[in-house]
Amino acid sequence: MTLSNVLIVSAIIFVIGLLGTISKKSTVLVIMSLELMFNAAALSFVAFSRFAPGGLLGVESASRVLSGQVMAIFIIAIGAAEAALALSLVIAIYREKSSIEITNSIDIKEA
Amino acid sequence: MTNNELIWIIFLLPLSSFLINGTLLTFTKFNTKSISGPLNVLTIGFSFLICLFILINGIGSSFDYQSGSFQWFSFGIFEITMGILLDPLTLIMITVVTGISFLIQIYSLAYMEHDEGYSRYFTYMALFTTSMLGLVFSKNLIQMFIFWELVGATSYLLIGFWFKKQSAIKAAKKAFLMTRIGDFGLIIGILLIAKQGSQYLDITQFYLAVQNGIFTTEILTLIGLLFVVGAIGKSAQFPLHNWLPDAMEGPTPVSALLHSATMVTAGVFLIARMFPLISAIEIVSSTVAYIGGFTLIFAATMALVSNDIKRVLAYSSISQLGYMFLALGSGAYGAAILHLFTHAWFKALLFLGAGSVGHAVHTFDMTKMGGLKDHMKYTYWTMMLAAISLIGIFPFSGFWSKDEVLLGASKDSNILFLMGLFGVILTGFYMTRMMLMTFFGDFKGGESGLEVKSLHESPKFMIYPMILLAVPSVLIGFIVSSPINLGGIDKHLMVSFLDHNKLVFPDYHHHEIKFNFMIAIVSSLLAISGIIIAIFTSRSNINFKFIRKILTNKYYLDYLYEEVITENLFYKRFIKLLDFFETNFIDKASHSLSSSIRWVSNKFAITQNGQLQIQSITFFLGLVIIISGYFSWLLLGGN
Repeated sequence: MTLSNVLIVSAIIFVIGLLGTISKKSTVLVIMSLELMFNAAALSFVAFSRFAPGGLLGVESASRVLSGQVMAIFIIAIGAAEAALALSLVIAIYREKSSIEITNSIDIKEA
Repeated sequence: MTNNELIWIIFLLPLSSFLINGTLLTFTKFNTKSISGPLNVLTIGFSFLICLFILINGIGSSFDYQSGSFQWFSFGIFEITMGILLDPLTLIMITVVTGISFLIQIYSLAYMEHDEGYSRYFTYMALFTTSMLGLVFSKNLIQMFIFWELVGATSYLLIGFWFKKQSAIKAAKKAFLMTRIGDFGLIIGILLIAKQGSQYLDITQFYLAVQNGIFTTEILTLIGLLFVVGAIGKSAQFPLHNWLPDAMEGPTPVSALLHSATMVTAGVFLIARMFPLISAIEIVSSTVAYIGGFTLIFAATMALVSNDIKRVLAYSSISQLGYMFLALGSGAYGAAILHLFTHAWFKALLFLGAGSVGHAVHTFDMTKMGGLKDHMKYTYWTMMLAAISLIGIFPFSGFWSKDEVLLGASKDSNILFLMGLFGVILTGFYMTRMMLMTFFGDFKGGESGLEVKSLHESPKFMIYPMILLAVPSVLIGFIVSSPINLGGIDKHLMVSFLDHNKLVFPDYHHHEIKFNFMIAIVSSLLAISGIIIAIFTSRSNINFKFIRKILTNKYYLDYLYEEVITENLFYKRFIKLLDFFETNFIDKASHSLSSSIRWVSNKFAITQNGQLQIQSITFFLGLVIIISGYFSWLLLGGN
C-alpha cells in the first residue's frame, strides 16, 4: 500500500461526491454527497500524515507526526455540525415549499 | 476718522439698509412698508452727506489719492487683495451715486406708494446703491468685477420688477443677456491681466506697470479692447445698445437712477478707470472715440421719432454716454467725467419728470399727452430747465460740460468734432419735440380718455426731489467748470481736480485750461437751430416717410438681433446642426453601445437561472480550467 493508492481512492470518492452534488435532485442526497467530498479530503489528510517521514509507518522516528489525523478529526466534527445545520435547512425548505428538490429551492429571478 | 474709514461707512450704510429690509421681507410676516422706504432715505442720505464732506474737503485741499488694501485670499503666489482706491474720479462718482440715489428714494416714497412690491423695491434699490458704491471704489479688478456683476443683477431685478408683465420679463432678460456679452469681454480682459501676474490686478500696480512699459503693446491692445467691450455692454453703446430702451419697462425712478444717471455710466467709469491703458494705445482710444461718436448720432436719430417719452430719454442717455466715450477716446478725461457729472443730475430730473407726467396721464405715450403745462406747473418748469440744460444752452450746466467735450474732440480729430456738433443739433431737436408733444398743444386724453379737469400735479414727495434736482441741473456746470474764478471757487474746478490725479497722470504739470469762445458760439447756434427746426417741423406736415420708417424700427437692429440672428441663425440653423449631430452621432453611438451590451448579457443571462447546481458546475469547471491552466503552464516549462 502506497500513498498514491490511498490518494486515488480519495480522488474517486471526491469525484463521486462532486457528481452527486451537481446531479442529484434531492437536497438530502446533495448533502450526503457533500459529506463524501469532506471525507475524501479527510482521507487524503490522513494518508499524507501516515506516509510522511516521521509518520506512523516511519521506521526510526522518535517524534510522530499526528497533525493529519488531528485535522481529520476536526473535519469529522465540522462535518457532523454541518450535517445538523443542513438537515435543519432541509426541513425549513420542506416547510416552505412542500418539497425537498433543490432545483425548486432557490429563486433569484423575480417571480 | 480717516477717509478710508468714512468710505467704509458710506458703503455699509446702504448695505445695512439692504440687509435689514431684506431680512424683514424674507423671514418675517411683518409689514415693512413703514420702515423700508424711510430707512433707505435715511441711510443713503447720510452716506450722501459724508460723500459731500469728503468731496468738499478733497477739492479744497490738493487731494491726490488714497488707497488701502488687505489680502482677500491667495493660492501660492497668486494673491487677490481687496481695498479702497479713493481718487478724484471715485470721489465724484460716489457723490453722484449717493446724491441722486438719495433724491430718487424720496421720490419713490410717493411714486411707489400704492405698489404691492413696495418693500421689495426699496430692498433692491439699497442693494443697487451698495453695489454701485462698491464698484467705484474697488481697488482690485476682481473686486470691481464682483460689484460690476451685482450692479447688472440688480438692474435685471429692477427692470423685471413688475414680474407679472410679460414685456417687463422680456426686457429684463434682454438687458441681462446683452450686458452679459460685454461682461464676458471684461472678465477675459481681467483674466489676461491676472495671467501677467496677480499683483497687476491691483489697479494702482497696473497703472505703474502700464506707465513703465512692462507689458507688450499687443497684450495691452487686446486687454484694452476687451475692456472696451465690457464698457460698451454696460453703457449701451453701439452695437450692444438696444437693451437700454427696453429697460424702460421698469419703474420710472429705476430708469432715472440706473438707466440714465448711474448704472449705465459704469462703462464710462470703467474706461476712465483704465484711462492710462486706453490712452496709451492709439487703436483702443480711437475705437472708444469712434464708437462714442457713432453712437451719439445713431441713438439721437432714433430719439427723433420715438413716441414714448421714456424711450426718447433712453435714446438721449445712450447719445450722451456716446459723448462721454467720445471725450475719453479723444483724451479729454476731465471733460468726460464732467459731462457724466452734469448729465446725471439733469437726466435723472428728466426721468423723474417723465414719471410725474406718467403718474398724471397713466401712459408714457406722448401722442396721448399734450397741453400739460398749465396743469403740472412744477413738473413743466423743472423739466424745461433740465431739457434746456441737456440741449446745452448758455449758462445751463449741460452747456459747460458739452463744451468741454467738444473742445477735447476738436483737439483730437475733425471728424469726431463734427460728429459731436451734429449731435448737438439732434439733441436740440428731440428734446424740443419731446417738450412740445408733452406740454404744449391740446390734451389728447391720456390712457383712457381722461378729462382735462382731472389732471393734477403729482404728490409733494415727487415734486420736492425734482425741485432739488433742478438746482444742480441748472447751476452745477457753471460752478464746477466756470471759465472765470468765482469767489473761492477756481475756474475749471472739476477738470483740474481730475487732471491733478498723480495716479493717472504721473507727469502732470499745471496748464491753463482755455475756454474756447468759437466752439461755444458754434455749438450754441447749432443747439438753437435744432430747437427751431423742431418747432418748425411740428407746425408743418413734412413727413420723411422712408427715414421715419427706418428710425421707428430702430434701424432694424432689434429685428436683426432677435429675428435673424437669434431666431433664424441660432435656433433654426445652428440648433438644427447640433440636433443632427446629436441624433446621428451621439445618440446612435450610445444606442449601439447599450444594445451590444444587452446582446452580450442576454447570452450570459441563461446561466443565471437560480439553479444552485448549475452554479456549482460553473464553479467547478472554472476551478478545473484554472488548475489545468496552471499545470499546463508548468508542463510547458514556465516557472
